[in-house]
Amino acid sequence: MTAVQEPKLTTFDDNDQKPVGYGRMLRKEDPRLLRGRGRFTDDVQLPGMLHLAILRSPFAHARIVGIDTSAAEAAPGVRAVVTGAALAEQGLAWMPTLSNDVQAVLATDKVRFQGQEVAFVVADDRYQARDALELIDVEYDVLDPVIDVRKALAPDAPLIRDDLEGKADNHCFDWETGDEEATAAVFAKADVVVETDVVYPRVHPAPMETCGAVADFDPIEGKLRLWSTTQAPHAHRTLYAIVAGLPEHKIQVIAPDIGGGFGNKVPIYPGYVCAIVASIVTGKPVKWMEDRSENLISTGFARDYIMRGEIAATRDGKILAIRTNVLADHGAFNGTAAPVKYPAGFFGVFTGSYDIEAAYCKMTAVYTNKAPGGVAYACSFRITEAVYLVERIVDTLAYELGMDPAELRLKNFIQPEQFPYETKTGWVYDSGNYEPTMRLAMDIAGYAELRKEQEEKRARGELMGIGIAFFTEAVGAGPRKNMDILGLGMADGCELRVHPTGKAVVRLSVKTQGQGHETTFAQIVAEEIGIPPADIEVVHGDTDQTPFGLGTYGSRSTPVSGAAAALVARKVRDKAQIIASAMLEVTVADLEWEKGKFQVKGDPGKSVTIQQIAMRAHGAGDLPDGIEGGLEAQICYNPSNLTYPHGAYICVVDIDPGTAQVKVRRFIAVDDCGTRINPMIIEGQVHGGLTDGVGMALMEMIAFDEDGNCLGASLMDYLIPTSLEVPDWETGYTVTPSPHHPIGAKGVGESATVGSPPAIVNAVVDALKPFGVRHADMPLTPSRVWDAMRGQATPPI
Amino acid sequence: MQVPAPFEYERATTVDHAIGLLERLGSSARLVAGGHSLLPMMKLRLANFEYLIDINPLHEELGYIKTSSDEVRIGALTRHRELLESDALAAAFPIFRDAERVIADPIVRNRGTLGGSLCQADPSEDLSAVCTTLDASCVIRGPGGAERVVSMEDFHVGPYETAVGDDEMLTEIRIPLRPGGGSAYEKVERRAGDWAVVSAGAAVWLAADGTIDDARVGLAAAGPNTTGIPEISAALTGHAPAEELYEQAGAIAARSCDPATDQRGSAEYKRHLANELTRRTLRRAVERARS
Repeated sequence: MTAVQEPKLTTFDDNDQKPVGYGRMLRKEDPRLLRGRGRFTDDVQLPGMLHLAILRSPFAHARIVGIDTSAAEAAPGVRAVVTGAALAEQGLAWMPTLSNDVQAVLATDKVRFQGQEVAFVVADDRYQARDALELIDVEYDVLDPVIDVRKALAPDAPLIRDDLEGKADNHCFDWETGDEEATAAVFAKADVVVETDVVYPRVHPAPMETCGAVADFDPIEGKLRLWSTTQAPHAHRTLYAIVAGLPEHKIQVIAPDIGGGFGNKVPIYPGYVCAIVASIVTGKPVKWMEDRSENLISTGFARDYIMRGEIAATRDGKILAIRTNVLADHGAFNGTAAPVKYPAGFFGVFTGSYDIEAAYCKMTAVYTNKAPGGVAYACSFRITEAVYLVERIVDTLAYELGMDPAELRLKNFIQPEQFPYETKTGWVYDSGNYEPTMRLAMDIAGYAELRKEQEEKRARGELMGIGIAFFTEAVGAGPRKNMDILGLGMADGCELRVHPTGKAVVRLSVKTQGQGHETTFAQIVAEEIGIPPADIEVVHGDTDQTPFGLGTYGSRSTPVSGAAAALVARKVRDKAQIIASAMLEVTVADLEWEKGKFQVKGDPGKSVTIQQIAMRAHGAGDLPDGIEGGLEAQICYNPSNLTYPHGAYICVVDIDPGTAQVKVRRFIAVDDCGTRINPMIIEGQVHGGLTDGVGMALMEMIAFDEDGNCLGASLMDYLIPTSLEVPDWETGYTVTPSPHHPIGAKGVGESATVGSPPAIVNAVVDALKPFGVRHADMPLTPSRVWDAMRGQATPPI
Repeated sequence: MQVPAPFEYERATTVDHAIGLLERLGSSARLVAGGHSLLPMMKLRLANFEYLIDINPLHEELGYIKTSSDEVRIGALTRHRELLESDALAAAFPIFRDAERVIADPIVRNRGTLGGSLCQADPSEDLSAVCTTLDASCVIRGPGGAERVVSMEDFHVGPYETAVGDDEMLTEIRIPLRPGGGSAYEKVERRAGDWAVVSAGAAVWLAADGTIDDARVGLAAAGPNTTGIPEISAALTGHAPAEELYEQAGAIAARSCDPATDQRGSAEYKRHLANELTRRTLRRAVERARS
C-alpha cells in the first residue's frame, strides 16, 4: 500500500515537534556541531603526541632506485623516518585491501600512482614533519604509465602489478550477470535497438574533513588506541588485528565526530597503518592528518566506468531487454569496498525499475596508474553507475521512438502486484509502487505545463530541458549468507539499556558522518519503547563501547542497524511487559501497549509507565519467576534481504545558447524510502545528495594528464557545487514500507546522489534536442555543452 | 592542513617602512595583502619566500576611492568589498560592480585588495581585465618616495609578472574619467567563485551625437595576460553603436586572443566566449552610456 502525501515545501516550522518516536525534530547532535564543540580526529591532543607526514610519489609509474633519508633524519625535531624497505623488514610493507587485493603501505619496488605513499617522517610538530619531507632524496627511474583505461589491456601496455606473482597484464577481474544467450535472442527479435556509449567519470567524495588518525600504542598494556576517520570502526579493528598481528581485544578503534564520509572513509588507508607503526616505533602517540591535496589524489575515488548500453524495445515502447558492456578503471590496486562476492558492487540492478524479458552485463576491470578505490561517494555499491546507465539509455530510447520519457517509463514499470519481484539479474525487489511516485513528481513539477513552456521557448530559440530519472536502489547490505567483507558478515549488533530512572542508552555498531544517527536511532528506540528521544543516549563509534557491526555505508545504517535498534527495543519491551504484569497483578496477555506504558485491557486507568517498570526492574522487591533484574537487551540483526527504496526525480534546466552555461532552474525529488523516521533529516539527506548530483553532472571530475598527473589536486581545480549552483529543492514523498524490515524503513542516504545525475543530464540532453543531441557525458561544463551543441560531444576520458 | 615552509614575518607600519624592508630583503621577500592567492601558493609550496611583509596595517593609508572631475584614484589596499559597495565607483564605472559580484566569495572579497589582484598578474584575474578595459594607470613607489606611473599594458609584463621592482610597491590605480561613458563586465565560470573560463569587460564613451568616441575591451583568461584589444577601439571609434558593430568587435576579440585548452574549456570555446562576451558587454556598456 502506498500512501501519497501532499508535499509541504516549506517545512521548517514544525522541525522541533519533540515527538516520542517518529516525526520532525531538531538533531540532538547539532547543538554540539553548530557551536564548534564537536570533537573530530584532529581535535585529539594527547600528552607527548608526535606528528606524521607522508612523502608521496610525484610520478604515476616509476621504479624506486634508492632513498636517502639521512638529511631528513638530521632535521630539527625529527624522531623517525621510515621507508617501505624498513616496513618490509617487519612484513608490513603491504596490506590487504577490502577486495582481496594487496596495496603497498609504503612503496618498496615501484610507485604505481601519483600521490602514492613512499616514506613517512615523525617529528615533534607537523611543520617539522612536513619540512623534513623536502629533505628525503628519492631516486626514481620513471616508467611509462597506463593512463588511458582503454589501452590498459593492449599487448604493449606497461605492466603495473609486477608485484603479483605470474601477473603478465593489467587485467583486474571479469564479471558477468544475467543471461547472455536469452538476452541476445530478445535483442534479435526487437523492433528497435538503441546503443549508447556512456561514461561515468572518476569523481571524488571530497569530504570537508580529510582522513587522519591518532595512534596511541601503550607498550606496558600492549594496547593500541586509534582515533580515526572511519565509517566502519569494528571492521577496521578486526582488519588491524589480522594485518598487524595485534590481539583484537587490545585494539580500540574510536571514530570521533566525522566531517563527512560519503564512502571516502570506508577503506583502510596506508596513513592509518603508518600512524600505528609510528606509535609502536616511537612509543608515543602519533597524529596523522592528510591535507586537502593528499585526500584528493590518493584516497578512495568513485565511478570511473565506461559503459556501452543497449536497450531493445517494441516500436510502441515496451522495453524488452537491456545489455551492457563495462570497462572499469580500478586504479593501481583494487581497493573497492564492496561485499566480496560482488566485485562490481550492486551494479546488477542496471535493469532499473522496469519489467523486462532479459538482461546481460559483461564487465572487465583493469589496473591503471591512478589512485585505488572505486566505490566511494554515496553510490550504494555501484548503483549510481547502474541507475545512470539505465536512465540514460531509457531516455535515448524515448528519443528514438519519439515518445515522452515520462510516458515511456510509466509504460514499463514493474507493477505493484509483481512484488516481491525478481529481476533478470537475480535481485529480489522487496516492495514498490512506482506509478504514484512518478505521478506525484509530475504533479509537483506541473509536467504538462513545463512541456508546453518548452515548446514555446524552442520556437523562440531558447534552450530549456526537462529531465526525468526514476530509480530503484538496493541498500542495507546485507544478508550474511552471501554478503561479507573479508569474511566478516554484514550483520549489525545493538544493545539497549534502560536505567533505573527510565532514561536509556543505545549502543550501535554503525557510525554517523553527519547523517544524524544520534537523533534517528533515539527516535527508533523511542517509537518502540515510549521513552522520549531526549532521554535516550546514542553511543557509537567506539569499539570498546559498542557491539560488533560492519559500519555505515551503502545506505545500510537504517536498514540494518535501524532494524537492530527496533528489535532490541522490542526485546526490552517484552521483558517490561512481564514486569508490568507483576506490578499490575494481571497476566501478560491482559496487558496492552500504549506508547510509553502498559495498561490493562479494558481498564486503561490501570497502567504502569516504562519509567516505573525500569525502576521496578532495578529496585527492591520480587520480580516474576525467571526474570532477572535490570532492563536491557542485546541483539545481532541479520537482514533477510536488501531493501529497495525508489524515487522519481524531475529536473528543469535552462541553457544560455550563447555561452552554453547550464542553469538548474528547478529540481523535483519524490522519494519513497518506506517508513520515514525523521522527515527533516530525510530532507537534509536528499538536499545534500541532490547537490552532490549537480556537482557530478555539471562540474566534478578527477582528470589526469597523459603522464598521470592528477589535475584535481585542490578544491580550486576539483570543483564542488555551492548554494549558488542549486535551486530551491522541491521534495515530496510516498511511503511503501519494506515488508521484511521490522519498521518498514528502506534507507535514504544515497538515493539523491544516485537519482539526480541522470535527471540533470537527461534535462541537458533534452534542452539540446534542437541540435540533434542524443547523448553527452558528464561533467557538462559550458565548454563540453558547447561541443555538444555543435555536434562534437566527446567522452571526458 | 597544508603547511608552508618556514618564513619570517613582519608587519609594515608605513609605506616607506614596507619599501625599506623590501630594499633590504630583495626578492626573498614578498608583500602580503589579502593573501588569498599568495598563501595558498605558499601552503602548496609552489611559492617559498623567506620573508613576508604584511601591509594590511597600511589599509588606512592605501584604502580609498577618490573621485575628482577627471579621474578616479583607488588606493592599492582597497578591498574587493569596498569596491563592490562603493556607489561613487559604480556610478563612474559600473564595470567594477559587475566584476566584483562574480569575484570569488564574500570571505575573499572581505580581505582581497585591488593592488594584490593586479600584482598577482594572473591571466584569469578579473580586476586586471577591468583596469585594462578602463585604461587605468598604476602608481609604483620606490625607495626614497620616488613614484612612477605605468599603463596597464606596461604593468603586466607576463603571466604572474609585473613591472613592480623588488624594492617597489604598487600604491594607487588611476582611472581617467571622461564624459559619455558606460562600461560592463561579464564572466563565464564553471561555478560561482571559480576563475573565469573567459571574461570580458567593455567600456565605451559616446560623443554628443551618439557616435562612439572611444571604446575599449579587455579580456581575462584568454591569453598570457589580461588583454586590451586596440583593434577593437579602432574598429568602433567614430561609428554609431549597432549590433553589426558589436559582432565585428566580437570577431576581432576572438581572433586577437590567445587562449589555451585546459580544464576550464577548450581554446576554441574560449575564443567563442571572447566573441560572445565582447558583444554582450559592448551592448550593455552602450546602454549604460546612453542612460
